[in-house]
Amino acid sequence: MRFVVNGDEVDVDFDPRTSLLDLLREQLHLFGPKKGCNQGACGACTVLVDGVRINSCLALAVQYQGRAITTVEGLGAPGALHPLQAAFVEHDGFQCGYCTPGQICSAVGMAEELRLGVPSHVSEDVAATAFELTHDEVRERMSGNLCRCGAYNGIVEAIQETYGETRAESDKREAA
Amino acid sequence: MTPFTYERAADAASALALGARSGARYLGGGTNLVDLMRETIERPELLVDVTGLFGEIEDMEDGGLRIGAGVKNTALAADRRVRERFPMLSQAVLAGASAQIRNMATVGGNLLQRTRCGYFYDDAARCNKREFGAGCDAVEGFNRYHAVLGASSACVATHPSDMAVALAALDAAVTVEGQDGPRTIPLVDFHVLPSETPQIETRLKAGELITGVTLPPNGFAGASRYRKVRDRASYAFALVSVAAGLELEGGTVKDVRLALGGVAHKPWRAFAAEAALRGGSATTEAFHAAAEAELAPARTLRDNAFKIELATRVITDTLCKLAGLRETA
Repeated sequence: MRFVVNGDEVDVDFDPRTSLLDLLREQLHLFGPKKGCNQGACGACTVLVDGVRINSCLALAVQYQGRAITTVEGLGAPGALHPLQAAFVEHDGFQCGYCTPGQICSAVGMAEELRLGVPSHVSEDVAATAFELTHDEVRERMSGNLCRCGAYNGIVEAIQETYGETRAESDKREAA
Repeated sequence: MTPFTYERAADAASALALGARSGARYLGGGTNLVDLMRETIERPELLVDVTGLFGEIEDMEDGGLRIGAGVKNTALAADRRVRERFPMLSQAVLAGASAQIRNMATVGGNLLQRTRCGYFYDDAARCNKREFGAGCDAVEGFNRYHAVLGASSACVATHPSDMAVALAALDAAVTVEGQDGPRTIPLVDFHVLPSETPQIETRLKAGELITGVTLPPNGFAGASRYRKVRDRASYAFALVSVAAGLELEGGTVKDVRLALGGVAHKPWRAFAAEAALRGGSATTEAFHAAAEAELAPARTLRDNAFKIELATRVITDTLCKLAGLRETA
């Protein structure tokens, strides 16, 4: 079966029971996506399919044939970090790093959802045409990614710096 | 996971032909089914992938909408027509799961997702849903999340969907297709109470496929709300949720729609409260009394008695906000 993984076409054979996560890790040796809970609760396995973030642990690989899969390895590399990866370093967006590849992929997908005008649970008016990337919006939109080190404040700052307004800017806007 | 064969359905006819085979199950986003297969609670022999079918949201002539069963949750919540004409549906979808799961999950699959009762998932526990006649360990177990309305001694599980609660309030109908042709089932009748057969969760017949959900137009889009109370601010199932729409004429309730989540084996349309309110005064006292009337038949277990007070308060407060009343009970 054929996939496009991080821009490369790959041909692999596998049992239909194989999750997309196991395919990526065990057969394609991409160890960015992590097997945390293996039941869609932690988000450490998050990858992008045609630019859309999903939990690869809940995805049967066979359902995603022919699709473009992006893992953290496809977003940046040592010496050529994705801007969001650089922001995670700058803002201490991690301690142990286990959840980080999922956080990064998830935030890249989130930015695209925001660009398309997808509302969230904390959006005041779901019918609004655009949504500000406030602290609360980032927390809500990223709630599918857990960080047991508790690096959330750094994660939110890194995401806001890359895709939206910073905490200082938002404080200033709210004070005005 | 037990072995299975995978087939991708090219069209509705081939999906139905495949779905008629023994041991077949339809596969949507897989966010619940794959998890249950991994736990060997679900053991399909054939998975019929229907994610390529019924992916559109279409306007109906009467001002309503027809939502295809294959529409992803994110696409439903983000649809401009849903956000403007049925905002409570958008809110309900956005209150459920995480963004990653909403990007995978489909409308049809959302309706068919199974309870998150811990005893249903734990194969060391007794569960009538998993094994008919085995008994229920939830009745005397940790049952904080369990049903207070419409439960039976055989099963006290709740239905986990947020979307379906809004659909119940919106008078939605589920369209299905089977070997005997298409039919339509009102959403409030689509899911069933557990009685003595909790393994039966819907009125779908073997091999029938959900093709979509239709929404009639309503007059309360501007005064409607989906509110969800849960143990954390995001990404948790409801302890209690309320989908409410209110249409006032002067200080009188012209029309009201009310449905509850987290309290029963199915999305719970609060017909008793609606009947008590329709044609009456829109006051805090009236809202509170209607909520109490709805919860009057409730039966509680060791850990879930709080749901009665919680549901009563959330109903009252939500209706007060929709009516523009400042004072809440």
